[in-house]
Amino acid sequence: MSSRRVRSHQELNTLRENFENTIKAEPVRILVCAGTGCQASGSLKVWEKMSELAKNTSVQVEFAPEIAHGENFEHPAVHKSGCLGFCEQGPLVRIEPLGVLYTKVTPDDCGEIFETTVKNKEVVHRLLYKNKITGEECFNQSEIPFYKGQTRVVLKTCGTIDPESVEEAISVGTYQALAKALFTMKPEDVIQTVLDSKLRGRGGGGFVAGKKWQQVAAQPEKTRYIVCNGDEGDPGAFMDCSIMEGDPHRMIEGMIIAAYAVGAQEGYIYVRAEYPLAVKRLTLAIKQATEFGLLGDNIMGSGFNFHLHINRGAGAFVCGEGSALTASIEGKRGMPRVKPPRTVEQGLFAKPTVLNNVETYANVPQIILSGADWYKSIGTPDSPGTKTFALTGAVRNTGLVEVPFGITPREIIFNIGGGIRGDKKFKAVQIGGPSGGCLTEEQLDEPLDFDSVKRLGVIVGSGGLVVMDEDTCMVEVARFFMDFTHRESCGKCVPCREGTLRMLEILERIVAGQGEEDDINKLRTLADLIIHTALCGLGKSAPLPVISTLNAFPEEYEAHIKDKKCPAHVCQKLKQYIINPELCKSCSKCARGCPVQAISGQPKVPYEIDQTKCIKCGACISACPFKAIYVA
Amino acid sequence: MLDSSFYTKADEILSKHPAQERSLIPILHEIQESYNYVPVELLPYIAKHIGISETKAYSVASFYERFSFEPKGKYIIRVCDGTACHVRQSLPVLERLRAELNLSDKKHTTDDMLFTVETVSCLGACSLAPALMVNDHVHPAMTPDKATKLLQDLREEEAKS
Repeated sequence: MSSRRVRSHQELNTLRENFENTIKAEPVRILVCAGTGCQASGSLKVWEKMSELAKNTSVQVEFAPEIAHGENFEHPAVHKSGCLGFCEQGPLVRIEPLGVLYTKVTPDDCGEIFETTVKNKEVVHRLLYKNKITGEECFNQSEIPFYKGQTRVVLKTCGTIDPESVEEAISVGTYQALAKALFTMKPEDVIQTVLDSKLRGRGGGGFVAGKKWQQVAAQPEKTRYIVCNGDEGDPGAFMDCSIMEGDPHRMIEGMIIAAYAVGAQEGYIYVRAEYPLAVKRLTLAIKQATEFGLLGDNIMGSGFNFHLHINRGAGAFVCGEGSALTASIEGKRGMPRVKPPRTVEQGLFAKPTVLNNVETYANVPQIILSGADWYKSIGTPDSPGTKTFALTGAVRNTGLVEVPFGITPREIIFNIGGGIRGDKKFKAVQIGGPSGGCLTEEQLDEPLDFDSVKRLGVIVGSGGLVVMDEDTCMVEVARFFMDFTHRESCGKCVPCREGTLRMLEILERIVAGQGEEDDINKLRTLADLIIHTALCGLGKSAPLPVISTLNAFPEEYEAHIKDKKCPAHVCQKLKQYIINPELCKSCSKCARGCPVQAISGQPKVPYEIDQTKCIKCGACISACPFKAIYVA
Repeated sequence: MLDSSFYTKADEILSKHPAQERSLIPILHEIQESYNYVPVELLPYIAKHIGISETKAYSVASFYERFSFEPKGKYIIRVCDGTACHVRQSLPVLERLRAELNLSDKKHTTDDMLFTVETVSCLGACSLAPALMVNDHVHPAMTPDKATKLLQDLREEEAKS
């Protein structure tokens, strides 16, 4: 629809005002979280039920149909929102203007919510979040401890707007930064502002984004590309996924601003194929932004052109590496190449390329709007701003959090995360995924920023925080990551391809109780070799989880190797199944259930398990009616 | 030899993309989605159309985990074995599924072509670990028993259709 095209800054402001008024005019606004987490918990059924109720109600929950839009036309006040972050408590439903947040909502609750809250403006108490310690009811988001410790910059509107509606994005000020850049700033001013803000790449490396932009802008070659790395392959991380799903326009706006700054006309978003919802919403966002003249030719009548494409990844972790990612967009195997030339000189199609990750781009609009000084007022002097983290594992409140740099891991895990599940003991927190390492109890009070954690031998990485309790075996965790990097090694360089395999073999031996005296030395030697000789970041950092656990938990490795014991009772092959003679009634059920005839006995005499025959399958435990068999 | 319908479908997909090397991965995605696998016989045909060598097409198709040369089942169950799922016991879920369907780490697809069971590095549903995905739908907080129930439900759904 060409009539919807924005042709000036003024027109964007008018549109914004209209949409803002439209939303304000909604007497009741129901936001059902439709992030991957809540959808998995059944939020779409809640949305359907709410929509059905809204349609059949006499209460006015609709706004003027001529301004209503898209698929929500019939029940415009019930919206699907982006990820609210508190996935653990999903499906989440927020009702405005009351501001009440309901947790774990099922379709059966919708009727009551409608009667009580929508019609009578009262609260359904049983659906409120209860403070785990005080037991107090939390009426809205800001009262919940999970949200209290957070500072939301990147995720500011994620969860409060419908990510499938460009109108809602415009209404909260998205694309204002772009208009400001296009109409009031020169490209070099934009670069200078981003440089001054000291915005650092959120993909893991922490390279100053403005520097990249400056270097691309300085290249003699005039064809340049903007690429967004949405190949968030770290197991245990979903921050970028939530941004792409929950607020796609913010990230797109950041990319257009980058394009304007360096004079690029084409851009690519590389998204994991495992994120179908992100692909869908980005595709829709690009379509809508183009319809409104915010993307494509002659953006907002400024004469600036920028076209954006989506490339789906195909299940290769190594494609998160810059040169592998651009190779993959070009239609090749995703293999890193030797650098230099660097991506800023010869990136995509051998042209100068700005390659940043999702969260980095999503930070840009707010920096342009509020300025570098404002940005530097958050976080630490060398790591300004906020960082999103995916808080998962053995913690009470799992979910997506955004905190200023400089916060301590303890605050994140114990205040925001609510401590360890089941009152178990904290053991370690894994940060930086397969390229990172773990922080132990003693390190929990160190500030969390790019440079401080590097001194502790780990990296911030893209932002996965996996909390581990006393029931986690750190040797097994090291084996898990090594198995991952070995599988994901592209095979181009020998140190990574063969080195990770050798390390994996040793770790597999250790967890199987066949560790040898010299194994720890061998692991360290191999790690050192791989770190110094591998071609790309994936290889260079692959040994870090092993080194980090070796340094922090040497006694666990030794217990596995010397005593053939797993202190956390995790490693299957090191377990011993034992029959308690006092509870055994000699019923022979266990012996009959044993697939390898390892159990023998006679009537009235307690049975016994032959440890040399036992394959630790656990069949006897489920077969025993008297709970006489236990694992040691 | 492939049935001619495969080539008709391939033509339809090829016509949507520019005949360039960079179209290879998007084309492979569409073929994978149409058939749940990439028939290896189609690679020379695609390669010729977009102007690259057969070996190159093969090298790319075999590199990415998403593309499979073997037909996959109607329901592709991807069990997440990311860090968060791993520490919250995703392996027993995988083992139950394999045991129920007589599958292993070598054999991924049932003989009736109904189910394929694979692992995946991360689905981004870490807060609801352990998770798995059936085609495009994420199932949260799995247990071995829930996995058994899921298979029952899928079979019932299949019987109805």
